[in-house]
Amino acid sequence: MSQIFHPSMNTLAKASIFGAVFIIAAVGWVASAVDRSPYNTDAGVVRSQPVPFSHEHHVAGLGIDCRYCHTSVEVSPFAGMPSTKTCMTCHSQIWTNAALLAPVRESWNSGAPIKDATGHTGWTRVHKLPDFVYFNHSIHLAKGVGCVTCHGRVDKMPLMYQHASLQMEWCLDCHRNPEKFVRPRDQVFSMNWDAEKDPLRLGETQATLGPKLVEQYQIHTSQLSNCYVCHR
Amino acid sequence: MNQPAEKFEDPNAADGEYIRIERRTDDLGRPRFWRSADELHGTGPFLDPQEFVWPEFTAEADQPPGEPSRRTFLKVMGASLALAGLYGCTRRPEEKIVPYVRQPEQLVPGVPLFFATALTLGGYARGVLVESHEGRPTKIEGNPDHPASLGATDVFMQAEILSLYDPDRSQVVTHDGDISNWDSFLAALEAQMRQKRATGGAGLRLLTETITSPTLAAQIRDLLKQFPRARWHRYDPIGCDNARAGATAAFGRDVRSVYHFDRADVIVSLDSNFLLEDPGSVRYAWEFINGRRVRNTKRQMNRLFVVEGTPTITGAMADVRLTIKASQIELAARALAHAIGAAPESGRLSAEASKWVEEAAAALDAHQGKALIVAGESQPPAVHALAHWLNQQLTNPGKTVEYLEPVEAPGASSLIELLEDIDSGSVDTLLILGGNPAYDAPADLHFTQRLSKVPLRAHLSRYNDETSYHCHWHLPESHSLESWSDARAFDGTSTIIQPLIAPLYPSKSAHELLAAVAGKPSLSGYESVRNHWQAQHGSDDFEDFWQKTLSSGVVAGSAARPVQVSAKAPLPMSEPSSGTGFEVAFRPDPCIWDGRFANNGWLQELPKPLTKLTWDNAVLMSPADMKAQGLTNGQIVELRSEGRSVTGPVWPLPGQPRGALTVHLGYGRTRAGRVGGNQQERRGFNAYLLRTLSNRWTLPGVQLSPQSATQELACTQHTQLMHGREHDLIRVEEIGAYDKAPKPRKKVPLTLYPEYPYKGNAWGMVIDQNACIGCNACVIACVSENNIPVVGKDEVARGREMHWLRVDAYYGGEDEASAEGPYFQPVPCMHCEKAPCEVVCPVNATVHDEEGLNNMVYNRCVGTRYCSNNCPYKVRRFNFYQYQDDKTEQFKLMRNPDVTVRSRGVMEKCTYCVQRINAGRIEAKKNEAAMVDAKTLQEREALRTRATQAIAQIQTACQQACPTDAIIFGNLNDPHAPVTHLRSEPTNYVLLEELNTQPRTSYLPRFRNA
Repeated sequence: MSQIFHPSMNTLAKASIFGAVFIIAAVGWVASAVDRSPYNTDAGVVRSQPVPFSHEHHVAGLGIDCRYCHTSVEVSPFAGMPSTKTCMTCHSQIWTNAALLAPVRESWNSGAPIKDATGHTGWTRVHKLPDFVYFNHSIHLAKGVGCVTCHGRVDKMPLMYQHASLQMEWCLDCHRNPEKFVRPRDQVFSMNWDAEKDPLRLGETQATLGPKLVEQYQIHTSQLSNCYVCHR
Repeated sequence: MNQPAEKFEDPNAADGEYIRIERRTDDLGRPRFWRSADELHGTGPFLDPQEFVWPEFTAEADQPPGEPSRRTFLKVMGASLALAGLYGCTRRPEEKIVPYVRQPEQLVPGVPLFFATALTLGGYARGVLVESHEGRPTKIEGNPDHPASLGATDVFMQAEILSLYDPDRSQVVTHDGDISNWDSFLAALEAQMRQKRATGGAGLRLLTETITSPTLAAQIRDLLKQFPRARWHRYDPIGCDNARAGATAAFGRDVRSVYHFDRADVIVSLDSNFLLEDPGSVRYAWEFINGRRVRNTKRQMNRLFVVEGTPTITGAMADVRLTIKASQIELAARALAHAIGAAPESGRLSAEASKWVEEAAAALDAHQGKALIVAGESQPPAVHALAHWLNQQLTNPGKTVEYLEPVEAPGASSLIELLEDIDSGSVDTLLILGGNPAYDAPADLHFTQRLSKVPLRAHLSRYNDETSYHCHWHLPESHSLESWSDARAFDGTSTIIQPLIAPLYPSKSAHELLAAVAGKPSLSGYESVRNHWQAQHGSDDFEDFWQKTLSSGVVAGSAARPVQVSAKAPLPMSEPSSGTGFEVAFRPDPCIWDGRFANNGWLQELPKPLTKLTWDNAVLMSPADMKAQGLTNGQIVELRSEGRSVTGPVWPLPGQPRGALTVHLGYGRTRAGRVGGNQQERRGFNAYLLRTLSNRWTLPGVQLSPQSATQELACTQHTQLMHGREHDLIRVEEIGAYDKAPKPRKKVPLTLYPEYPYKGNAWGMVIDQNACIGCNACVIACVSENNIPVVGKDEVARGREMHWLRVDAYYGGEDEASAEGPYFQPVPCMHCEKAPCEVVCPVNATVHDEEGLNNMVYNRCVGTRYCSNNCPYKVRRFNFYQYQDDKTEQFKLMRNPDVTVRSRGVMEKCTYCVQRINAGRIEAKKNEAAMVDAKTLQEREALRTRATQAIAQIQTACQQACPTDAIIFGNLNDPHAPVTHLRSEPTNYVLLEELNTQPRTSYLPRFRNA
């Protein structure tokens, strides 16, 4: 009976044993890359909505404050979604016949929540955290975390998408090192605040200002990575 | 009580200091405190305590339900694995956010609102504040402004939220069993009423339970004015009939007695379970315990004498207790009256009873004007009259007891009169508003048989139940949380009941039905109630009154007026019961009451305070009698009396008098629902089948015949045992020997780990066992707050109940006949500083945090159960199956959105209500952070105060529900917090101290004033 494996197989075997390290590493890297990719996190994915609402137009173009629509953001865990009435405060006067706004008028007239063309009720959630995560908007604003820090430059988003990965490591980046991200409490709603260009805080950078704010706002960093802070 | 303590030397202690470990056994090697006969006598699993390894669960715990074959098991496992794998690959589903069209003004999405309203039991209101998340009521708390609540609740109030969302509630009108609608019923009713208008309502009858609602009373009054020949009848299976008859006998008129337990130094209960069964129980419990808060600086307490026919939680609190047959209590009461004053002696008391009477009489005599005698509903009117007379002799009225105008609506005839009229053919239309007489009327009235003679009968009820089945029309009734009404509390204080949610089904309230009967079918409940109060109040500033009343939950100044009465000399002795055989005492069930909560899974699964039985009632019997009859636990017995019989399992109750049996009402339902029992599957047995009109509470001469069958009962008394380490778990001290009570060790225990410095908050809890009455309100509050699932009888029998907080019951005394207590000990997670669970978790799913909490992280848990294995207190619970019902739509509305709904394979446990801690801490931190922007010093200080208050106001759900403030939670780093003061009490101790786990939950001992 002849040998099944040719002697050259020895070399191949040695190479593959050595190569296994790289193969496993490569598989691991691919897995982690997929895990962090928008495919998994939905970051940057635009969702279909009943009305193609443009934050760019309303925020950058018209200069409407975030809190005009997201009314409960300073007092509640939930930022709040504008009621149909909020839309109609302006749109009963302007763009009253725009086809795009038909779902809003339909809601206003019928008293039923807003529906998309296929009859599905409500806006599609863009920022979705797992059910075991309890995020609270109000405390983040109170401690000087700006809207932009998590939601990105919504004033540059014609259609809304998720800016960050919303993965736990991304949360912990800030919960472990808040000084890299906190901003003055009066600038949390600002879209374009920059530590180095703040006229009230000349000469400061995030690196110098951050630790001061952490101190002032009594942010206890060591507690921020406790499990029960977010999970319960 | 005070056995000499065994002393173990602590190598770390200074000279002369010892770790003091209280001995678990007395000189004869018997346990000082025991949970059951097996433990007392060292039988059953306790046969060899040295060798026996204490299982965390019962022996069958690793059996899947229904005992599937190995093959089925592998199939199930294979399928679950495949599904688990597939589940990992699915994309997260798209979620919708549905905003309001017009957002209500006060509503902030994500922040709950609280509304004041009231829930009734037996017709009497108990004020509540209901938490509402965007229009969904999710949790019930007591209303601090309401006299019957004082901010606390009982199990029934807590569990109403589940009753509201019960998917088995009636959802549709039925006519002869077929689906119909309100319009058809109203048309049928109108046809009847047209005739009635001509005849003045002849043949029209109403049957209700006790009504305290001023609006409903007025509606009935108006209806009877409109139809002078119609009549109104009232029947309650529990009710206050004996108390009313007793007051009438003593004073010549009906009055309501309102007690002030906190002003009494000596309290004598004549079979009164005033801590659980009175319309004012929640308040009474607080008042009673307020006279017993023993602290280092206050070493007195009131003294409770109890004579009772069957052990109750009130008897468990007694300092001097006598259990005799219920029929003998009148004798004891008369002997007491004789010892106090002029009543004629009736004699024939046992030596033990005479001693109790002597002691009670001496104590009463020494505390004239500061004493109180209360009689229980299960005693005949003569005993109530005796209690009134005794109170008067001791000059108690005006001090510890007050007499008020009756609270319930007057003018109702009795059920017997209704049945007599039915027999004579003079009833042609019967409207039954609420209640379930076909199930709970006395058996000798043959209610259903006679009911069927009425040509038109309709039943308004939350469930399509036994009575609905015997009526032509069943009409779904709205829940108290979805309809307008009003009701009065035990002292007459009115509350306007406001709905929290629109009716889930097309249901109507009694107000709306009565309006329809009166010819105004479109009058809503809201209009009825509002019109009534407007007529009462007048139109000046009515809107102001209405808003204020709704907001506070009480109508100011509406308590019943006091009346001046004087008690006549006691009635002659009522006919003593005769007959051979056993005497059966009927009692409302401590969990499902008269059967109205039978379909409430929370209450069914709640261990009964004394027996720790769940899901069933049993024939409770003295262990000595059981031995004499050769009965084993759970053996079926037949009880026979006057040709009627019921069969049920027998269960030993330490302290139960010999020759007496106790059965709880409310079980054996045939049309309660999927939880409470239906034709196919019943829960327990129906004790109403033995109850007769003349023997509503005590039935003598019952023959007991054992059957061969045995029924498995799900009892939690032996699950979650602490590994046989029961040294010194429960401490019971005599108040007179306060100084001899064990004191805490001074030395910091030796540990290899460095101590962690807590700079911010450090949470802790103290449980005052002297205040715990074992009412279980905390357990249901915890279930409601923390989305704890119901697991079912089979799983409870396997020791898998999910309650995060259990109330252990330990008996004292040398044998079952002289059993003391039980003494109650609520056991939540101890949040150990050196937590044994944390070091064994392979995935760090349970870890300590900055504020001393032992965090349980569900999303990390892989279900190894090592933590539970290593927990010496056995407070961890494991989801062996998908216990949560995540399919039923109604339950989705009920859940607390601030707490994760746990899934299969995850460990869970008490979190100290971390969602409430987080809410308070976030509030505090927002204020702290805002201090930098404060313009003035005052503003800064105001923010600081608000931050401090936000922390100080955090309450756990169990603490908030507790009627007696037995559970105190707070920040141990706050020198002003009550919890800090209590922890520094010299009698404060922790469980299993010798294990050096350094628990954050500590205990104050139980004191007796014997």
